[in-house]
Amino acid sequence: MHGRPRRSPTPEENEDSAAKGAKLRALQKQFIEFHHSKTYTKEAIDVSTKLVELNPEYYTAWNYRKLAVEHLLTDQTDSEYIKSVLDEELRVVENALRSNFKSYGAWHHRKWVLNKGHSSADRELLLLKKFQKADARNFHAWNYRRFITALMNIPAEKELNYTTDMINDNFSNYSAWHNRSMLLSLLLNKKVAGFYPKETFLKEEYEFVRNALFTDPDDQSGWFYHLWLLDQTVKVDNLFVSSWPPNGSNICASDPLVLNQYAFPPGSASGFEGFPIILYFNEGVVGVNSSTVTVECEFTSDTNLVWIPVPANRSGYSTTWFTCLNFSMKDMLPSRHYRGKVSIALSEGIVSSSGVCYSRPFHIEFGVFVSSPVPKLREGLETQRIYWSGENFHATELHSEELDFVNRFCQLRTNGSDKLEKNDMNVDIIAEEISYFRELLAEMECKIGKLTLARLLMAHDALSSTSHDTYDQRTLPYKEILELYSDLMKMDPPHIHYYKDEYSLVFLKQELSDKESLLRYCYQYRDSSSPQNRSFASLRLNGLSLSRIGCIERLLWVQMLDLSENELRSIEGLEAMQLLCCLNLSKNKFSSFSSLEPLRQLKSLQVLDISYNEIGAHPIDTRRYLCTSPLSHTIGSDWKKTQQLGLSDVDISTYWDAFSIFKGANLTQLDIVGNPILDEKFKYFLRKLLPTMKWLDNEKSG
Amino acid sequence: MFRYSYLYTIKAHSLAVDFLPSACTTACDVPRPPPCPPVAACCRLSRNSLLAGNFVFYCIEMGELKAEKHVKYILTVEKKKDDFESVVMEHLRLNGAYWGLTTLDLLGKLNAVDQDEVIPWVMQCQHESGGFGGNIGHDPHLLYTLSAIQVLALFDKIEILDIDKVSNYIARLQNEDGSFAGDIWGEIDTRFSYIAICSLALLKRLDKIDVDKAVKYIVSCKNLDGGFGSTPGGESHSGQIFCCVGALAITGSLHHVDKDLLGWWLCERQVKSGGLNGRPEKLPDVCYSWWVLSSLIMIDRVHWIDKEKLIKFILDCQDTENGGISDRPDDAVDIFHTYFGVAGLSLLEYPGVKAIDPAYALPVDVVNRIFIGK
Repeated sequence: MHGRPRRSPTPEENEDSAAKGAKLRALQKQFIEFHHSKTYTKEAIDVSTKLVELNPEYYTAWNYRKLAVEHLLTDQTDSEYIKSVLDEELRVVENALRSNFKSYGAWHHRKWVLNKGHSSADRELLLLKKFQKADARNFHAWNYRRFITALMNIPAEKELNYTTDMINDNFSNYSAWHNRSMLLSLLLNKKVAGFYPKETFLKEEYEFVRNALFTDPDDQSGWFYHLWLLDQTVKVDNLFVSSWPPNGSNICASDPLVLNQYAFPPGSASGFEGFPIILYFNEGVVGVNSSTVTVECEFTSDTNLVWIPVPANRSGYSTTWFTCLNFSMKDMLPSRHYRGKVSIALSEGIVSSSGVCYSRPFHIEFGVFVSSPVPKLREGLETQRIYWSGENFHATELHSEELDFVNRFCQLRTNGSDKLEKNDMNVDIIAEEISYFRELLAEMECKIGKLTLARLLMAHDALSSTSHDTYDQRTLPYKEILELYSDLMKMDPPHIHYYKDEYSLVFLKQELSDKESLLRYCYQYRDSSSPQNRSFASLRLNGLSLSRIGCIERLLWVQMLDLSENELRSIEGLEAMQLLCCLNLSKNKFSSFSSLEPLRQLKSLQVLDISYNEIGAHPIDTRRYLCTSPLSHTIGSDWKKTQQLGLSDVDISTYWDAFSIFKGANLTQLDIVGNPILDEKFKYFLRKLLPTMKWLDNEKSG
Repeated sequence: MFRYSYLYTIKAHSLAVDFLPSACTTACDVPRPPPCPPVAACCRLSRNSLLAGNFVFYCIEMGELKAEKHVKYILTVEKKKDDFESVVMEHLRLNGAYWGLTTLDLLGKLNAVDQDEVIPWVMQCQHESGGFGGNIGHDPHLLYTLSAIQVLALFDKIEILDIDKVSNYIARLQNEDGSFAGDIWGEIDTRFSYIAICSLALLKRLDKIDVDKAVKYIVSCKNLDGGFGSTPGGESHSGQIFCCVGALAITGSLHHVDKDLLGWWLCERQVKSGGLNGRPEKLPDVCYSWWVLSSLIMIDRVHWIDKEKLIKFILDCQDTENGGISDRPDDAVDIFHTYFGVAGLSLLEYPGVKAIDPAYALPVDVVNRIFIGK
């Protein structure tokens, strides 16, 4: 029982409870009889009155009262009589709420009466004042308040003042802060004078919530409001796009033996059937199609391109859009440079899930050439095992084409030609907020102070990079932010993994947005001992204690990615890296196949290492609802039958998540040793499921 | 991690009980538990071990789960049907049945009850409309309809329902804007969206409603802190968040959730004692071990809280003498918190407790049997 001390009742108490129980039971019995016989006499109604006042949660009695009111008011025109009947209901509700003001049934009954056009705003607001004074956090009362203000057309400005009063009375009122955020966004959306644009109220609001935060930093009431303000400040109504190929790049489309080839296995069954173009937006968008995006290439006349979202979820919004140009190497002249252009016109066509239209002109040009002579398609590649050992990775040479690539991705987001003027004001607001929080931290150590400062510095960085042409990369604040998160891990151990995840994202940003540091992770994979001499543009982010990955927009060029020896639990976002052929996730914290969901989208993936993880070790799967499955109704109920793939002798239900991730995959090499799920039965299942597979751990198959 | 200090075996008692689960609790500040999705059909494995007469519990150093006592507590709760509390709770006895039976199943003791007594009673709660009341003679409502379906699922008996009748009752309660009323009297709440979606999914009749509109309505209840309220504009509350995130999970719509924002709000529900509260600046309560944890799991952010501290908090809320779990240490126990405590331990992978599904709130084996099959 909520808040009631645990102790054995005395015999007297037992007796008393039994007597009260017997009395209530008799009342309930009587009530049920009246209800079932549709008796609405005064006596019968009085029984229900007693019942709901004694036990407001007895929902059937509220239903009965509604039936009784409807019965009493049938064909009634006497307004005095109608008023007296409805007034009685309001009185009963009020009494019931006094005995339990969290009663859903009582509050709903009151709404029901009011919807009959009864009572007045003043009367209801007065009642609410009483209840909200007694319990300022009661969400029923707040909900009822919103119902009344809508019903009586009370202006949002007036309600905003009410939240100001409540907060001034006691700032530790999350409910009031919440309502304030709702009202302000309503006023902002309606473009009400004084509240639009948002810059008109931001400064004042920061000051208001800062007062609360600085008074008692441990009180959470203002925390989320401050974060919301920050989000409002940073939110630029603009979409950004990153692409593959990047602007100005030259791509050797043909030669698998040549170093620095960024392409794909042309013509191979497992790879792209053509020349890929990838657009990666900073938010999920719809409307990417051949009329919003113009593609012109000298090597193909194909302009009616089909753009595919990756992944396609129910909403249709996606950050990553992908298309393939018809491409035939044998029709291309060796050593000639073919030019290609991709542009997005200013159009209303591309819209993000938050309703923002793409509004920056976007234009890239790239070149494609084939080397001479055009080599034959790779053959028999699958039989060669890829080794992730260090000697196969060669540091990127200066002035190489790869360096050029890295450079081009590093310029992302900083080449905007249109300066967003409105941003300057917001940058100033954030700068001011930063100095206030530095002051706070100079006086006292507090977790919310550090966390907010870290977020403010990130926000400042994000805004500055979009609004200043002369954005100086040397003043990046990442080092300070990382220190703040390190402190937080020590200060607040229960939430250590939250800070770790944030730390990882900032760390990656630091390492990947600067050319010199990014180059330290870039390699060329070359296995000179293999006759095929395969080569991949590689990125090695192994052994960095990463618990999350980010900055995908800078990594679209990567063909081979080493993320081994980190602390990753998921690879959300990795599906954008459509050129990935080889992926090493060994020695991380993946605990289920569903955590590998993005692999479903990586159609070029041939080599995968997921050895030494925790797959099969946990009864609770935290990615169960974030992957495609019958549980979330993201695949039809016939998912097994249509895809049996000669697996009739295997129980797919046991391995349904592995089945869902790997079916249709083109893996040639899979390392999976060191996971509890692995046994002979599972190996047999994998071999059946992945007919293209040549290597399962160290065993050669087929 | 845990050190297994000792392990022992308990002789399974043959408990022939007249089981009419009487629920006993006042709803928390929480939206009255949308009858959490009942576990369907039982774990064959634990049944077998029951038959074998042995059930193994692992105990951990920080204290141990008094599983046997909780089972006894649940089985005896119904005997106390004459005291005041039991009478007050009579109208939601079907919810109580779900809480009690699911807990028994999670502890591997569903066999301790006689389903031939439970199921006829459940069916007597059904009305001509297809909906179920909280007890015999009480009006039908979505809250109890889900519990009925869940209880039947636990016993692998969903097929005894007239599935079209029940699903039509639920589908009729959808409004033009996609929201759901709880019954014919029109109270609207995202709890009812969850219940409708969960029930229809279990009945495999989601096609009877406009799922897109239902999702759109839930999304319209999303707040600026990433959480969800009961109606548009309503304050975020962990119980409500479970309902909305659960409904979005079941309909494959979790892309509408800002996982990092909501995850931070949810993980900050953990207070110094290790327990979880339901809203900022509120007291911790064992029931949030379900609402908050299941939500964190569905959005894959459960590692952001300290699991061991939470396990300790739940175990500290046990009545180690008479069984049962309370909202906070040393408070009076009830079946509602007993369920949420055990379900929370299940989500925390506590040894000896079967895994529960975070969206349907039924044991994983039951959910897998229904949706993945053999």
